[in-house]
Amino acid sequence: MTTTNSSMDVAPVASRWSRFRGSYLLYSFKRDPIAQLSLLVFIVLVGVAVLAPWLAPMDPYDLAQIDILASELPPFWVDGSDPAYLMGTDAQGRDLLSTILYGARVSLIIGFGAVALQALLGVSFGLLAGYLGGRVDAFLMRLADIQLSFSTLMVAIVVGALVKAVFGGATYSDFAVPLLVLIIGLAEWPQYARTVRASVLAERSKEYVDAARVMGFTSRRIMFRHILPNTLSPIFVISTVQVANAIISEAALSFLGLGMPETHPSLGSLIKSGFDYIQSGSWWITLIPGAMLVILVLVINLLGDWLRDVLNPRLYKG
Amino acid sequence: MALLDVTNLDVRFALRRGDVQALRDVCFSLERGERLGIVGESGAGKSVAAFSLLNLIAKPGYIAGGSITFDGQELTAMSDRGLRHVRGHRMSMIFQDPMMTLNPVLTIGEQMVECLKAHRRISTREARAISLRKLEQVQIPSPSARLDQYPHELSGGMRQRVIIAIALLLDPDIIIADEPTTALDVTIQAEIMALLLELCEKHNVGLILITHDLGVVSQVTQRMLVMYAGRVIEQGPTREIINDPQHPYTQGLINALPQMATPGARLNQIPGSMPSLDNLPSGCAFHPRCGFVARADGSTRHACTDEVPDFVTSGNCRVACHMVAEMLDRERIPAEEIR
Amino acid sequence: MSSTAHATAAEPASPLLEIRGVEKRFSLSGDFLEQLKFKGGKLVREQKYVHAINGVDLDIQRGEALCVVGESGCGKSTVARTVMGLLHPSAGEIRYDGERIDDLSHQALMPYRRRMQMIFQNPYASLNPRMTIQQTLEEPIRLHHPDWSPQRVKQQVAEVMASVGIAADWGARYGHEFSGGQRQRIAIARALAVDPEFIVADEPISALDVSIQAQVLNLLMEAQQQRNLTYLFITHDLAVVEHFGTRVAVMYLGRVCEVAPTATLFARPRHPYTQALMSAIPRLEDDRPQHIRLQGEVPTPVNLPSGCVFHGRCPHANARCRSEIPELIVSDDGSQVACHAVEEGRID
Repeated sequence: MTTTNSSMDVAPVASRWSRFRGSYLLYSFKRDPIAQLSLLVFIVLVGVAVLAPWLAPMDPYDLAQIDILASELPPFWVDGSDPAYLMGTDAQGRDLLSTILYGARVSLIIGFGAVALQALLGVSFGLLAGYLGGRVDAFLMRLADIQLSFSTLMVAIVVGALVKAVFGGATYSDFAVPLLVLIIGLAEWPQYARTVRASVLAERSKEYVDAARVMGFTSRRIMFRHILPNTLSPIFVISTVQVANAIISEAALSFLGLGMPETHPSLGSLIKSGFDYIQSGSWWITLIPGAMLVILVLVINLLGDWLRDVLNPRLYKG
Repeated sequence: MALLDVTNLDVRFALRRGDVQALRDVCFSLERGERLGIVGESGAGKSVAAFSLLNLIAKPGYIAGGSITFDGQELTAMSDRGLRHVRGHRMSMIFQDPMMTLNPVLTIGEQMVECLKAHRRISTREARAISLRKLEQVQIPSPSARLDQYPHELSGGMRQRVIIAIALLLDPDIIIADEPTTALDVTIQAEIMALLLELCEKHNVGLILITHDLGVVSQVTQRMLVMYAGRVIEQGPTREIINDPQHPYTQGLINALPQMATPGARLNQIPGSMPSLDNLPSGCAFHPRCGFVARADGSTRHACTDEVPDFVTSGNCRVACHMVAEMLDRERIPAEEIR
Repeated sequence: MSSTAHATAAEPASPLLEIRGVEKRFSLSGDFLEQLKFKGGKLVREQKYVHAINGVDLDIQRGEALCVVGESGCGKSTVARTVMGLLHPSAGEIRYDGERIDDLSHQALMPYRRRMQMIFQNPYASLNPRMTIQQTLEEPIRLHHPDWSPQRVKQQVAEVMASVGIAADWGARYGHEFSGGQRQRIAIARALAVDPEFIVADEPISALDVSIQAQVLNLLMEAQQQRNLTYLFITHDLAVVEHFGTRVAVMYLGRVCEVAPTATLFARPRHPYTQALMSAIPRLEDDRPQHIRLQGEVPTPVNLPSGCVFHGRCPHANARCRSEIPELIVSDDGSQVACHAVEEGRID
């Protein structure tokens, strides 16, 4: 039998860990201080937000803990501060640090939740449109065009108004988080669908897909087992950007009063609640959550940029 | 003194793992009007050799050592300005993909005129006249109409003819053709090769033909180099190498052709595949695939696995192989220096 | 399976695969809205087609290697893809073992999928980059033998890996870790994993280096002897055909112009196009090639010439060639030639 090339010209099998250690991903990460710093900041921010119930000095949702007399206290480095409130208090007397930590949690939950929904819709539609082509493709892509011509704001106003009219404002407050996930998720899925469709079209023309068809695999298996894993790189890249966008969208909606209620504030509604007091000198209620939002979105975008550079095969250099 | 003389050329690529040596100790020369073939499989370094002649290696590649003298001038030390003069004017290049050379948004005529005016002080009208003459030389049907056509309006074979016309535009001394017909069909390939051969002979232009196709080399060139893993392993007159290859790799390459075996019988394959340049075997780079590391009496020739072979002269050819060297020693043929 | 029962009942001389009058057009005009054009003040629907193959008839006998040769754009790959069901023919039918297979549903086609396999041209694109070699080879076996135990599947993979000369420790690796020749071995192993009887190979060696081409050709020939395979082998390389093929079909612009046993064709090519093609092969022996120069260029398959598709470039064309399409006619030495000049005895 042909006993020609055995393992002599191939390196030994690498374990998953050593494969990762030798990968271009890690190599470029080690050489990119901005990416390192961004990841560090991101992990810290997500960490404190997730651990908010244990880290925060107070529970801003618990009315019993709120002292209305302690409202509008400045942060510790300004005269007249109370050492019990490190970052000061807001107009309702809530500890600002605690409120920000809880608010960041809400923002992140909505951001990731909305992106998960976008990804679910966008990846499925993109896969179907790209792989099946023809009428399915035309229909789904026109649907995406229509969706994109409605701004997130319009979807939010329509859905918000409908829910408030049908179920009343109290119910709206209770279901604000899932509603915002739904609104932002519905409004932005075409981004995913377009990206996925483009890479599915590129993959579908490759011979390994033909090979799978010749084998007799079903379309579903070819789409999910063969094509989807090969379109993951662009999905990862777009996901980072979309998380940042979703957080910003949520903040914008909340700022306009279409998002989270002030009793259950996200970063956006905190900024809005403080905005009325900025003239009276209580700048910290707006600016500190604002800075938090900017830093959060910035590090996510920086990580996204780095990831895009690394995963872009055209920039790949051995 | 030869028109082009390459000695100990050493080209490296600076990669993140460290330098990779793409060419080692490459030596060859070309006389005026001579046709030389460079043969090798992908990864052998034949295209790098061609690109380095015009100092066209893209980063991260660089010429790390050796010299290239063309008509008495050292090219490796030349300024960009001087090199630009040599490129196009004295040496021109034909690539595998015609669209690499042709700009899709300019007509054929505009590109030819632009090229002429960049190198010579002539009027557009004169430049057009010269362009037309060159298109006639490459036997394009209705050449004057072609001047005002865009590259995408021409077929693949026609585009390659235009490329040859552009290569001839400034009456160069040497044309370097890198796999000029690989993308073309056999019937068109035959026409293009015949044309190239005819033009080179008529105008006494030297040709360096880079290809993996031994059939094309044997029909067009007078001398040839065989490259393996960044090194020249055999060089000499084409006919002699084709008819009586000395190096085991060259033998393997020729014997592996389907036309060398009886139909339906097993082909004489070379086992294994070419090593990657950043992980070359010790000694002779071919030894893991070579059937002659063991001598006829069963003993192992340790030189093959330990020492990089030097060139020995065998007939009119030069071969880098320990086995050939040993045979020559036994026959006590005095080594005589040939080119 | 009713088909296998039918196969045993059929007479031994019946061909394994029959291609009957198969045509394949690709629309160039896009969707319905893009087809609407204004012409002479009226809105008309206009459709343009690429005629990739027009009326191809071929039989493939059991155990033979039928090579289809031709230049780029002659439709040889379309024939391969149509036979494998990757494309649906616009007209005509394809019969495998006597059963028509071109109009079968996905389910009904499954038994044939196991018996027919394909090897592709580009070894760099034909392996899924996210799957290990073991996964790549196990997947088709699991699909076609859902009742097999995992041990049996592994054993089958080990056997097929050994038979194509790939080491057992390659299984845990990914395709990109291998060279082109090694990948093509893996692709061949994948095709052989389900024990097919018929293999369509679409230019399986043209992306490989010379020394590797010989390895892969040897492997394909060994597999044919050991497993009694039938091949439909698509290539543009006549030297490979001469070595590998039992019979050869020469295609030009979507039509078959000559079919003959390999030795007959190489000894005496009859169709003017075959003659030109053979004279163009660069050979090692001769210094100065004297190839037959064809006039003009290959016409586009969008606007096919009338009559014989080759008449515009043929030195022997006459009025009949320009108007009447020649059919394949069996001649005395067993070859079939589609040429009026050969039929009339104008050329020999």
